[in-house]
Amino acid sequence: LGLALYASSLCAASGAAFLYHDYCVIGAGPSGLQAAYFLQQAGRDYVVFERSHAPGSFFALYPRHRKLISINKRYTGKSNSEFNLRHDWNSLLSHDRRLLFRRYSHDFFPDADAMVRYLEDFASLLKLRVQYNTAIIHVTLERDGQAWNGHYFLLTDQDRQNYKCSSLLVATGTWVPNVVNFPGSEYVEGYETVSINPEDFAGQTVLILGRGNSAFETAENILGVTNFIHMVSRSRVRLSWATHYVGDLRAINNGLLDTYQLKSLDGLLEGNLEDLAIVKDKKGKLHITLRFYLENRNTSAGIDSVTLPQDELDNFATRAPYDRVIRCLGWKFDFSIYNRSLRMMPGKGNKKKYPQIKPSYESRSTRGLFVLGTASHSVDFRKSAGGFIHGFRYTTRAVHRLLENRHHGVPWPSTVYPITQLTNSIIKRVNEASGLYQMFSILADIILLRENATAFEYLEEYPVGVLAELETQTGRKAPNGLFVVIMEYGRNFSGADKDVFYYNRAVGEAQHAWQSNFLHPVIYYYKRLPTEREMRLRPPDWPLPRPDAVHHIVEDFLTDWTAPNAHILPLRRFLENCLSTDLRNFFAESCFLFAFTRQKLPPFCRQGYVRMQGLVGSEGLRRHAVEAGLLEDYAPTDFPGDRPPDSREGSQDQLLRDHAIPVHPLQHLVNAKDE
Amino acid sequence: MSAQKDRWVFSFSFLLFCASSIPTRGSARLLQELSPQEYFSSLQAGRASLAYFSHNVSPGAQPFLEQIENSAEALQDYGISVVKVNCPKEDVSRYCGKENALRRAYLFRGNMLIREFPTDALFDVNSIVANVLFALLFNEVKYVETLADLQNIENALKGRSNMVFAYVPATGTAEHRAVMEAAFAYGTVHQFVLTTEATLLKDTGDDESDVSSARLLFCHCQQATDLAEPCRRTAMGQTLTMLNIHRHLKLMGAPLVTEVAEDPEKVSTVHLQLGLPLVFILSQKETYEADRRTAEFVAWQLLGKAGVALLSRDLVDLNILLRSNVALKTPDEGVPIKYLVLEDTDEVITLVEDKNKIEQIQEDEEEEEEDEEEKENNNQDIQDDQVVEAVSRDKKRELPLEQILVLTEETFHSALLETARTVVLFYASWEAVSLAVLRSYTEVADHLKGTQGVLLSRVNCWDWPGVCAKENVTQLPTIKIYEKGERSVMYNGMWGTEELTSFIMLSRVSCPLKLATIDEAEGYLRGEFPSELSSYHHTSLLGVFSTATSEAREAFEEAGSILSGHVTMGMYFEDDALALSRKYAVSPPALLLARSGGRSVEGIALSKQSAQDMVRTIRYESLDIFPEITVQNLPRYLQFRKPFLILFSDGDISQMESKEMLKLAKGRPQEAFVACWLNLKKTPVGRGVLKAYFASMPSLPVLVWVNLHAGGQVFKFPSEQSITEMNILSWLEKLKAGLEIPSSTLSEEDWKPPLPAYDFLQMMETAVPELPLHTSHRCGDTPERHPPESPGGDTAVREEPSQETKAEKVGSPGRDLRGTAPRLAAREKQGKRHSKL
Repeated sequence: LGLALYASSLCAASGAAFLYHDYCVIGAGPSGLQAAYFLQQAGRDYVVFERSHAPGSFFALYPRHRKLISINKRYTGKSNSEFNLRHDWNSLLSHDRRLLFRRYSHDFFPDADAMVRYLEDFASLLKLRVQYNTAIIHVTLERDGQAWNGHYFLLTDQDRQNYKCSSLLVATGTWVPNVVNFPGSEYVEGYETVSINPEDFAGQTVLILGRGNSAFETAENILGVTNFIHMVSRSRVRLSWATHYVGDLRAINNGLLDTYQLKSLDGLLEGNLEDLAIVKDKKGKLHITLRFYLENRNTSAGIDSVTLPQDELDNFATRAPYDRVIRCLGWKFDFSIYNRSLRMMPGKGNKKKYPQIKPSYESRSTRGLFVLGTASHSVDFRKSAGGFIHGFRYTTRAVHRLLENRHHGVPWPSTVYPITQLTNSIIKRVNEASGLYQMFSILADIILLRENATAFEYLEEYPVGVLAELETQTGRKAPNGLFVVIMEYGRNFSGADKDVFYYNRAVGEAQHAWQSNFLHPVIYYYKRLPTEREMRLRPPDWPLPRPDAVHHIVEDFLTDWTAPNAHILPLRRFLENCLSTDLRNFFAESCFLFAFTRQKLPPFCRQGYVRMQGLVGSEGLRRHAVEAGLLEDYAPTDFPGDRPPDSREGSQDQLLRDHAIPVHPLQHLVNAKDE
Repeated sequence: MSAQKDRWVFSFSFLLFCASSIPTRGSARLLQELSPQEYFSSLQAGRASLAYFSHNVSPGAQPFLEQIENSAEALQDYGISVVKVNCPKEDVSRYCGKENALRRAYLFRGNMLIREFPTDALFDVNSIVANVLFALLFNEVKYVETLADLQNIENALKGRSNMVFAYVPATGTAEHRAVMEAAFAYGTVHQFVLTTEATLLKDTGDDESDVSSARLLFCHCQQATDLAEPCRRTAMGQTLTMLNIHRHLKLMGAPLVTEVAEDPEKVSTVHLQLGLPLVFILSQKETYEADRRTAEFVAWQLLGKAGVALLSRDLVDLNILLRSNVALKTPDEGVPIKYLVLEDTDEVITLVEDKNKIEQIQEDEEEEEEDEEEKENNNQDIQDDQVVEAVSRDKKRELPLEQILVLTEETFHSALLETARTVVLFYASWEAVSLAVLRSYTEVADHLKGTQGVLLSRVNCWDWPGVCAKENVTQLPTIKIYEKGERSVMYNGMWGTEELTSFIMLSRVSCPLKLATIDEAEGYLRGEFPSELSSYHHTSLLGVFSTATSEAREAFEEAGSILSGHVTMGMYFEDDALALSRKYAVSPPALLLARSGGRSVEGIALSKQSAQDMVRTIRYESLDIFPEITVQNLPRYLQFRKPFLILFSDGDISQMESKEMLKLAKGRPQEAFVACWLNLKKTPVGRGVLKAYFASMPSLPVLVWVNLHAGGQVFKFPSEQSITEMNILSWLEKLKAGLEIPSSTLSEEDWKPPLPAYDFLQMMETAVPELPLHTSHRCGDTPERHPPESPGGDTAVREEPSQETKAEKVGSPGRDLRGTAPRLAAREKQGKRHSKL
């Protein structure tokens, strides 16, 4: 079918002077290249359009002060490459070990030039098909019942060259500067062009509009040479370590908070920028006033007639005139190139800088159009990492897997394991998986149970927002119930005004794991796939609807969830109770006993011992098990004759009791996060 | 407060005075003897006196006189003088004149006669004091006979003052006197009511007390507001003595609940001073109102038995458990305050009512706590996985891993090329089964130390997930044997030292091994060739092929690659193959099977068989006919899913038994049943099997028939019969005919979760009931309640705005311009304040 489609589309292409590709990707930034990599690996027909002469043109200019705030952690003490990606926020996913960012920079916060070099290498080493110097200026639809999505995407570049694609992947990021218009906004300099030489600000008084990382980055750069800096923005400052959102103000940029809170030198102000007005006096100083005053005055009069707030309120905060006003208000998606028929709509509220998309990253109104990368951040804005490289490299892979299933009949990759491997599979993933960790609450591993719970199928990093559509989106069936493995912060722990250092913030005991605050694994169990309706009606702040059972693995100071008693045992009990079976491991000797004394065997014996793969175990281990009272020692003792069975039983019970004395963990170590 | 205290000190000293005066009574002559004239002229207004008129001592009045004399001292305490008036003989005045009068005593207040008492009413000191005070306190102590009278008085008192209601079986008793004495002290404070009518006592609701003993009830009428309801009463538990009544009234007068804001060790109240315990209800700001109500409730229950104080923890720095809610201070010196965790007020009351119970309750409590904890977590946090626990207990021991090469992503491929055979254990350092196998693996390494051409290595998949994924390792642990530059074999046998060692050794020899000469073939069948395998017990198979039978030979070679490591396979297809086949009476293609070092060689004809068939045949044929069953080999026989006929023996079985059983087994193919024996010395777990089958350990050897896969019945061969083929066969016939009764039947039980899991869903709902978990679920179940176009979820979202919208609302309250300036100004003010600081 694919072949036939391809042939027919070729005809169409030749007929109308269109260059045809199955997949068109707009933008050769990180997400565009990431998508290209997966398409290339899958052997798909694709092209990437890039308006610049090289990939990552945004990074060639921005951030202006060149310091990336995505961490480049070169040492983690671990060799696990998947785990290490948890602390590598710059690398894209590929099979090529050369393309790890730590080979490009030694800085914890690398220079943006390193990113530009990295992206160039990524495109060239992997031989990705990028068409440079091609700016797509218009996108429209061509209805065609034969097309994958009922229409083709027609793209036009700056040279009026037309392209035709079955599927459109928009990876253009957000690059249009946010601008506010108020009287006097012509005096405002933009972040895009403002000088980055601190000398240019020596002895000046500066007002910065905005409160994001770009605003603080700009302030940081000139903090030492200005008279003082004021920052004004509508909302309060949001510190990323309090909100657990990497897009909020990062500690590396917050030097101004020090001088503000310690010395009342610089300062933050809250106010609506649209209410502002700037008036320039004869000396070229900029005065802050309110639009309100301006509208009421005689327009012909000069600066002297303008009412300033301090005329009425002589301690008005921003009464001192400024030498410069700089706008650092971030970016928005470029909606301008899309024909109205695509109905690319801005999101609502604080998501208006992003186009509206579904949790599957497909456009709400145009089938076959997927938004990747930063522009797709509306799905998890101010929650997870989908707007950043370390997050969208995984969501891009998820989109690719959805497309492979939809258009090429390649179901979502999965592995089938016997049920005895269930606990292990989960423990392995929650300990090393980077996608789950970065895209917490957004991407989840799905475990589909086979009939009678003898085996299961493991799907990695599925977008949990479209859980209800799992069967159609992945090509996998879920008739016997499923587990969803996801990572979460404690509810109500994160927030701009939250004290994230309060005492006893860390939970140490497994039985209170549901109160964990730091990022920790959560496993939801559903007897059947939730419906779309249930997904829609899920409790606010819940990534998923009410499950039939839920398990939290208690937060861990080292994010190492391999402790046999605190992490694995409670998880096993949860799984056992969901599946109504016994998932313990047994030595061959126990299986032997069960084989002769029970008609049924536990899964571990059934899938191991009976298949001649019993765990014989060393003599030392056997002895330990006997000492723990978990294995009975039937070996005859030294003295001849049978011991009365009671005495043996008694000693067993004694062992069991001795063992049952709860060992109270060292509280101060368990709760080390508090210290 | 201080006034109260003073009053109390006063009354107490008064009491002491009373008490101290008792022993001295009678020793001082307080009885005045006066003439009538002297007497009447000495009478002072308002002062009471009891007078007895006599001419001379008449013998009948003598005991009465003694009593009256004795009471003089007691009465003096109440300001009543006792006077014996000596009438002159000639006096015929009102009191002296009549003969009758001489048998009476007269009570005067001032010079007014209050009452005259017949001497038989004044039979002892008690009656004298009681009656005299009764007469004097006519207004203070109301005597009632009917319930109506009592209720009238009670109603009249409501909201005004309290009432002390006393029942005495008769007047003039010690109890009566005690009541009167109390009335003398408290008559102005409380209204005293006295009755001798037992019915009244019953009517006041005090059914339990028997009418022969006096009772005193304190009726709290002052606080009573409801006219319809009788006043709240507090019965005095002790016998009616002056001291007890005083104590009781003192306690009734004390505040119901004392508020305390100091160290409880330093607190002292009336109760403690009167020898009663003091109960502290520990309160905190948040629960103050509720705690106050609890305290009051408890206080009412304990009124007269103990004091109740409300202690604010917020005001006092207590070094006690946060969960303690009650403290008990006893009046005994030096006894520390006990802090307790009690669940309901009844416990507080029992605590006080039986002080001895305190210790017990504490103990119980501790036990209960343990019980509760146990109930709560049900040992859920105790490891019940034998493998995990055994590995955990062994984790401190350093494993001798120096023989095993650690491979990494970088070294993996190069290492495989260095040695002829590389054994790789793929494991995870956190996974218990892997670690158990790693321990056996170190033993294998020890066995194979110095063996040429074999390298033992390991890859920790937790460190190198990429290698494990690439090598298709989906299960942990996995062992693969890589042949230099060639294929790899995955180990699929038992995870035991012996089995793994043998597998590695057998894999070293190519399978099948091409034998070049007839001597080699013979040596091979004897187990002597190849020499490196001679020390490993194994079954040798020799395929004999003529040059024409290449098809069968190819299948044999393919089967060899599958069975590599499990059996040794040799192959002989030289020209003189016929000589070999003649010797063992087979015609090629054929298999020669040599068990246990070539002592017996069987010939098996090969027809046109595929490799798979051949594998099956070889596997089947290499099984023993009458095997000794062990932990390691049982699965091979289990696969037939047939009943087992097992001879349990303590040590080796006798030759005779062996011979008979072998005969039996040979006669029956394994399709019917598996005949085997079990050496309890070698496989001690067999005792566990027997223990499960029989109530007591049967005498050994014992022959048992187990229908493992059909019904699970266990039959025991009669011990009185000798184990011979004939006997067994006829027994088996009887079994088949259903003539034998099974000794036991194997459990059919499923393997359920050994213990429950933590129910976090329920915990969440209990802790955060507003979580709309249930609601949303119900919404999903009953769609008709919410039209689809306006789903209930939307309202839920609206009800609880997310953090960011909240934050924004706070940050931007108004959009109009006036709003901005003051807000900016307010900011500035804050800044100023800060700079001042």
